Amino acid sequence: MASQEVLREEPSRGSFINDPRVRGIFFQAVVVVVLVAGVWWIAHNVIDNLTRLRIASGFGFLKGRAGFDISESAIAYSSDSTYGRAILVGFLNTVIVAVVGIITATIIGFIVGIGRLSQNWLIRKICTVYVEVFRNIPPLLVIFFWYSGVLAVLPPPRESINLPFGSFLNQRGFYFPRAVWGDGSWLIFVALLVGIAMAWFVARKARQRQMATGQQFPVFWTSAAVIVGLPLLAYVLSGFPLSFDYPKQSTFNLTGGFQVRPEFLSLYLALSCYTAAFIAEIVRAGIRGVSKGQTEAAGALGLRPGSILRLVVVPQAMRIVIPPLTSQYLNLTKNSSLAIAIGYPDLTATAGTVLNQTGQAVEGVVIMMVIYLAISLLTSLVMNWFNAKMALVER
Amino acid sequence: MKHIAIGILGAATLGLMASAASAATLDTVKAKGFIQCGVSTGLAGFSAPDDKGEWQGIDADFCRAVAAAVFGDGTKVKFTPLSAKERFTALQSGEVDILSRNTTWTINRDTALGLNFVGVTYYDGQGFMINAKKLPGVNSALQLSGAAVCVQSGTTTELNLADYFKANKMEYSPVVFEKLEEVNAAYNAGRCDVYTTDQSGLYGIRLTLDSPADHVVLPEIISKEPLGPAVRQGDDQWYHIVKWTYFALLQAEELGITKANVDEMKNSPSPEIKRVLGQEADTKIGTDLGVSNDWVVNIVKAVGNYGEMFDRNVGSGSPLKIARGINALWTKGGLQYSPPIR
Repeated sequence: MASQEVLREEPSRGSFINDPRVRGIFFQAVVVVVLVAGVWWIAHNVIDNLTRLRIASGFGFLKGRAGFDISESAIAYSSDSTYGRAILVGFLNTVIVAVVGIITATIIGFIVGIGRLSQNWLIRKICTVYVEVFRNIPPLLVIFFWYSGVLAVLPPPRESINLPFGSFLNQRGFYFPRAVWGDGSWLIFVALLVGIAMAWFVARKARQRQMATGQQFPVFWTSAAVIVGLPLLAYVLSGFPLSFDYPKQSTFNLTGGFQVRPEFLSLYLALSCYTAAFIAEIVRAGIRGVSKGQTEAAGALGLRPGSILRLVVVPQAMRIVIPPLTSQYLNLTKNSSLAIAIGYPDLTATAGTVLNQTGQAVEGVVIMMVIYLAISLLTSLVMNWFNAKMALVER
Repeated sequence: MKHIAIGILGAATLGLMASAASAATLDTVKAKGFIQCGVSTGLAGFSAPDDKGEWQGIDADFCRAVAAAVFGDGTKVKFTPLSAKERFTALQSGEVDILSRNTTWTINRDTALGLNFVGVTYYDGQGFMINAKKLPGVNSALQLSGAAVCVQSGTTTELNLADYFKANKMEYSPVVFEKLEEVNAAYNAGRCDVYTTDQSGLYGIRLTLDSPADHVVLPEIISKEPLGPAVRQGDDQWYHIVKWTYFALLQAEELGITKANVDEMKNSPSPEIKRVLGQEADTKIGTDLGVSNDWVVNIVKAVGNYGEMFDRNVGSGSPLKIARGINALWTKGGLQYSPPIR
């Protein structure tokens, strides 16, 4: 008993300073104190200097009347709205271009990435050229290429190019008919939702049946029929409530219809093309990372090449692909701030205008940084969840 | 992107500046040996580099006048081109000593932004320019409903534009860029139907377009745009030097003192001219201001009087050919008026 007690007391009595745990905590505490003091010192100095220079500070300015217009807005906005709402409009524009860009970049990226591994010489070479071209040009130049090189040389509004379905293309953008939903059109949306729910249910049942009995069911065609057929049926039953508002010539521009502005188009196309080149490389690396034996084994089991890719190679490749894919999504979102060069009203542009109209530089920059950080963290969160879901589950 | 960089730089500078005491601007200017002058990124007649890379224009010359008053040498100026968005942060953070950049004087900028405007070097008003060849029949701004309008972001122009179209119940779609060159390029390429900025600017920009003769400036002036230099708040001495440099330019014109005759004028019998040029015995006008007593002589030798500066840069002696109008001296029916230098 006695000897045990001596042994237990030994480390704490003899060398409190040499205890690695105590030391660890001590140094961490020092770092935290220094960090807090540093941040406090900078913040204190900023406030001090702002007061001394008689510059107004605080976030109260967000409630003021903005007074300027924004060309593209997903929500109701006019010059009577507040500065806060102007920043919100910019934030939504950033989110829109990022989400649409991410979807398109992923689709192009997967096609090109798989294309680079194609047996066909021509497809392989075209995909290689695509990747090498877009990967090696700075994104800003790609944006200028689309804006000044492609869209700006289109004809002026009075000589618009007529496209099918009442659409027009000119240097002010792409115009297409806007759908106007009449009375009873809610039925169509309900039918669409029911269709999607049914398709999901069918897919689930079919999977269960295949697991149990090995029999397959044509899920794709059934789903397509349900998702397209039900809304069509509802459309007919509710008495054709859908009409279109076609773009028409007016004094200056085309009016009516839906306009996709060249600023959005060029930013969207540039971000998609640029990021797709990187995604293609990631996809190629992912597929090459799946050992050749897997493909051969699947082939030996009698699967067709398409099925091998879909059922054996891609699911395993996804585990390699998703983490770097997350970085590319974050890059695309942050690159969208290059919009300022061509006047797309994204977060950087609108918050920058607010910053300038109010002179609240410190607050404006802080708001921008916090919002970009939040968008990026949210993207990472979603992708980490997706990654965990796609991780190899061993049976 | 650059304005963010400047914003952060500004924040960092504000954060790291010694909070207790900041040296007077005059002392720091004298210590570094030149004045850092914030100008535009290129607006003909106001501040734009010529083919030799020298900054020309009323705004650039004003900074030379201040340098002449402080150092007796109008060349001791370094120019910093600033976009509309960057300009205030650059002045607030001390990156420039004077903001002489066709900037409109407003109460908000004088108070909440921590600036002090020293005067109005050019009385301007906002106008519209259209391509008359492409839009025949448009001869008034009230016919512009539905137009796409090119405008520079972060300016009073942007705000006046929104107010004007709203007040007249007209629609428009703004096409907004951060830099003047980007707006010019977009208008030149036909991305928008209308270009709006200060009228003086429109005349200057028209010269740079592909076919200047096709474009007309519409008659409406929709706002008051008094353009003038600004300094930081909280440094009265520097504020006074810059302000009285402006008044000295006006006073010199009023008294007929020009770049050519300034040396003879020193011996003028007129007591007023002698006083202004610092030739009075035991004069303390200059030293009380914090500069030498022959400061007005130096100013006029460097850039001439206000009238000469105007004619050379935007008036009859320039490609812009803008009439003096309300920018004439008060003695000739204009608004330019200097309090007495005594």
